[in-house]
Amino acid sequence: METVGFIADNLDLIAALTVEHVSIVGVAVGLAILTGVPIGIAITQNRKVADAVLYTAGVLITIPSIALFGVLIPILSTIGHGIGYLPAVIAVLLYSQLPIIRNTYTAINNVDPALREAARGMGMRPLERLRRVEIPLAVPVIMAGVRTAVVINIGVTAIAAYIGAGGLGTLISRGISQTDPRQLVAGALAVSLLAIVADYALLWAQKRLTPSGVRA
Amino acid sequence: MITLDKLTKVFETANGPVTAADHVSMEVPEGEICILLGPSGCGKTTALKMINRLIPKTSGKIFINGRDTDEQNVTELRRGIGYVIQQIGLFPNMTIVDNICVVPDMLGWDRAKSRKRAMELLEMVNLDPAVFANRFPKELSGGQQQRVGVVRALAADPPVMLMDEPFGAIDPINREVIQDEFLKLQKEFRKTIMFVSHDIDEAVKMGDKVAIFRAGKLEQFDSPDNVLAHPANPFIADFVGSDRTLKRLRLVTVGQAMFDAPAVTEDDTLDRAAGVMRDLDHDFVVVTDRHGRPDGYVRQAVAEAKHGTIAEHHARLPVTVEAGQDLRTAVSQMFTHDVTWLAVTDSQGRYQGVVTQQGITHLLGKTYGAAATAGTAAAAE
Ligand SMILES: Nc1ncnc2c1ncn2[C@@H]1O[C@H](COP(=O)(O)OP(=O)(O)O)[C@@H](O)[C@H]1O
Ligand SMILES: [Mg+2]
Repeated sequence: METVGFIADNLDLIAALTVEHVSIVGVAVGLAILTGVPIGIAITQNRKVADAVLYTAGVLITIPSIALFGVLIPILSTIGHGIGYLPAVIAVLLYSQLPIIRNTYTAINNVDPALREAARGMGMRPLERLRRVEIPLAVPVIMAGVRTAVVINIGVTAIAAYIGAGGLGTLISRGISQTDPRQLVAGALAVSLLAIVADYALLWAQKRLTPSGVRA
Repeated sequence: MITLDKLTKVFETANGPVTAADHVSMEVPEGEICILLGPSGCGKTTALKMINRLIPKTSGKIFINGRDTDEQNVTELRRGIGYVIQQIGLFPNMTIVDNICVVPDMLGWDRAKSRKRAMELLEMVNLDPAVFANRFPKELSGGQQQRVGVVRALAADPPVMLMDEPFGAIDPINREVIQDEFLKLQKEFRKTIMFVSHDIDEAVKMGDKVAIFRAGKLEQFDSPDNVLAHPANPFIADFVGSDRTLKRLRLVTVGQAMFDAPAVTEDDTLDRAAGVMRDLDHDFVVVTDRHGRPDGYVRQAVAEAKHGTIAEHHARLPVTVEAGQDLRTAVSQMFTHDVTWLAVTDSQGRYQGVVTQQGITHLLGKTYGAAATAGTAAAAE
């Protein structure tokens, strides 16, 4: 009951923290799409390179976020951004690589070889083929990767509050340090709710972006 | 015209080199369909894909209408060749009309013009554009998709087409229909076509020429009738089947096997009928009605034994055939109705002559007799 009261009294704060949270995840995953999708497409050309890239991205995602921040702090301190927004964005960017690269790679690789052959035989150049056939068909799977990345990283970003990145994790960390269960529970609830809402929003976007000819 | 000159392909595999095409030389004249025929793995697809350079050749030359394909830009080369594959390969993310217009769009054709042509082509393969143009491929049956695949290859009006077992995945009944539709299209468009098949019946039906391959080697390049009548070696004889003479029935029209036999009318006397039969050395004569249509026949035994007019003594004809139909149809009718001859009509149903079992046997046998003497001449060349 106290928690409900806290939430009601602090809606402005919670909203502001949510915006911070979303901006970290949004910017970082946005950048991750810009890097991960081209990488995922590029590695379809060479099996060995693909294995190496996917392995590296797989290792990255197993590093605990606290440890990753620990590594980033001294490196980014050299440019005066050891803590705060930048390391949080970089961490999320790195964690997003695996689901996005892997899904892009799988989706492009799984395009029916007959379609690829038809496209080549009709005189489509490789980039035309990507743009007109392969990417449209890969969109649902790529978007599924983006969803995974977003949901994982809403959690990661909560921890980034400890390095001063702000966001909803702030409530949780304060709740712990001040032994204030109201803040703790409000923060945890808000993070969970944000993850669920983001997942549904992206599912909707995924359906919208799927070409109607391949919708189930 | 498509010309292959000592075309050779050697695949380097883990188990050593595989020769998929071995100095293949042949020429497909403009407007003809050449069927590449042979058992699985004999190199048909490889030969085909070297033409649009989906597979790089090891050696040899390919010319399309006299131009060396190596000297053309590969993208332009492919856009100028219609390509149809067995798996169809319609793009699921595009509507039917967009699929058809892929090459015209890449070539920068006017949109209105390419869309209009797409509609016309759809109509030609009996797909109502109003129903199908804006559907997606998954909303079509296999046979309908395959029709679209063919239409798509024709969209940019290329002079040359490559078709790799285009009707291979369709059930036999639909396949016949689609083959007939395609032959009709070809009659109008006169494309130069390389068509891969492993089905001798399809080859005989669709081909102006048939090229039979074994293990990368071109074993025989000939007209369908010659391939059936004179297989160049035991492998081909075996491949075309022990019933190859029966298959030839499809290639010969009733008109070719028919001979003239005067008819009588209902008003003639039986005596006259008997006279006609004696002249022809037949034991029957066809009776025609006022419009010249076969109406019945008189048996020799009847004509010899009785007197009076034919009207009182003729028997009904169970069936007739048209001169344009193939001998397979004629023979099938003979077996169905247990008769040894049929009256032949033109397309208006007017009496033309008769075709007999004996006449068919004789016609099909003639080419073998001729070959026995021609064989020595050919060997001397
Ligand atoms: N990419 C390839 N690598 C190695 N061998 C191949 C390749 N493609 C085809 N072959 C071999 O070449 C031969 C001819 O194949 P193909 O042209 O596909 O035959 P067909 O179309 O007549 O069934 C086969 O022995 C096949 O195994
Ligand atoms: Mg093949």
